[in-house]
Amino acid sequence: MQGMSAEANEIYVELCPENLLRALRTAQAARWVKMKLTNKHTPCLTVEVELPSIGSCHRLAVHDIPITIIKRRDWADYAEPEMPDFDVSITMPTLKMLKNVVDKMKNINNFVSLSANQNGEMKLSVETDMVSINTHFKDLFNPAWRRDAGDAGVGESSRSSQGDPAQFAQARIDIRRFAQFLSSQQVNPNRVICNIVNNRVVHFYLMHDDVSLQYFMPVVST
Amino acid sequence: MPGKMLSTQQADDDSANVFVAKLDNARNVSNILKAIHFKDTATVFVTSQGLKVTVEDAKCVQANAFIQAAVFHHFVLTQDQATFKVNLSVLIECLTIFGSGAGGSTAAASLKMCYAGYGSPLVLMLEEDGVLTDCSLKTLEPDEVLDFDFCSTNVINKIIMKSECLKEVFNELDTSSDILQILMSPDAPFLQLSTFGNAGSTHSSFSKESDMVEAFQCTQTQSNRYKMQLLRPSSKALALSARISIRTDARGFLSLQYMIRNDDGQVCFVEFFCAPDEEMEEPDH
Repeated sequence: MQGMSAEANEIYVELCPENLLRALRTAQAARWVKMKLTNKHTPCLTVEVELPSIGSCHRLAVHDIPITIIKRRDWADYAEPEMPDFDVSITMPTLKMLKNVVDKMKNINNFVSLSANQNGEMKLSVETDMVSINTHFKDLFNPAWRRDAGDAGVGESSRSSQGDPAQFAQARIDIRRFAQFLSSQQVNPNRVICNIVNNRVVHFYLMHDDVSLQYFMPVVST
Repeated sequence: MPGKMLSTQQADDDSANVFVAKLDNARNVSNILKAIHFKDTATVFVTSQGLKVTVEDAKCVQANAFIQAAVFHHFVLTQDQATFKVNLSVLIECLTIFGSGAGGSTAAASLKMCYAGYGSPLVLMLEEDGVLTDCSLKTLEPDEVLDFDFCSTNVINKIIMKSECLKEVFNELDTSSDILQILMSPDAPFLQLSTFGNAGSTHSSFSKESDMVEAFQCTQTQSNRYKMQLLRPSSKALALSARISIRTDARGFLSLQYMIRNDDGQVCFVEFFCAPDEEMEEPDH
């Protein structure tokens, strides 16, 4: 299989992550892993795994994962989303502590209000007729972002310079989704950054050594 | 500014509150409360002695947890007594907000509890590793609690034993049986727990000579039946306890007292009262 042209040498494919996970699980002790796109009776992502054995001959496992090719006119749907124009950017506290708190809050209400400011403070709140609970995290780090200032080229713009740094930006999100997000982070990220657009969206940015993951969680209105 | 807000709250505390208690390990309170958590709401009585938390079901069973003032390192009550009702499930969730500690976490959350009097919320402040949680729980109009009129002078039979072996018996009780029959007698079989289920009857007997039995004061043979459904919640308290005292009075009412040792080695008590299932013939007084 080939890309569109030498300049746009890209192929977009869609696959079931469970299949890839299963194929890679056999590759944990592999001598090497080769991945390639093949056209068997259907387009496939072929994962070849050579496994060591005690004897002189090695074992070769081949997984063919069926894939769907994405048409070029749909590529735009898969573009990396732009970083939202956030009001507050803050590093998250340890996810383990956060997960404990959120798991308890989950039993109280379906929504949690996540708020933070540029003073390194973050707050989680749930409220019902019966109880209101607020958990305060402090001494967190507010990263400064070098970002594109609109179309006018690159400029240094740190949000902290605008407005009161103690001002909280707030987002009311689905607590079950948030809990799911927290429990799915088995791969320990180096740093998790939370960007909040007041009453619009929360953007989680997980930085690993050579991978970054982004999550967007929309605000649920009252 | 939450920082500022909290500091002003703190300043108000001692003047406005009728009850303030602090302790270093919230688990010492939450564990005891879990032992009586078989209904959503509980009535809390605060006296200079400490906290008494009462849970009732079906007007037939009552559980009381006693947390003495000594368990707290700071305990101030400015009036004779304070009584309120709270949602126990929510209270336990709040106390264990940083995790119940079962998951291997050794850190303990410190707790401050405040109550500003009738109609005010119960305010909890928990802190662990610099993370602060404040909870404000609505308090409800307290209900009248049952008086079982269980008087130690009317006690006919009393056995104090180590909880260990009873834990096994309770875990293996035949759940298809509607009732649990408790027989206590000065003669053999001394103490016998029986169930009558679909698969047949079971009897577990303890000799008074058993190492597990620490005190045996039975004056007459008495056999009473109790609804299994009502007694089952007591197994939570049993699981936590080190010793248990089983008593019955002349009317066949059952009192189970559990001695529970907390993380700091202090002793707390949980007590269950249960009415017998059948009308027993009233003995002549």
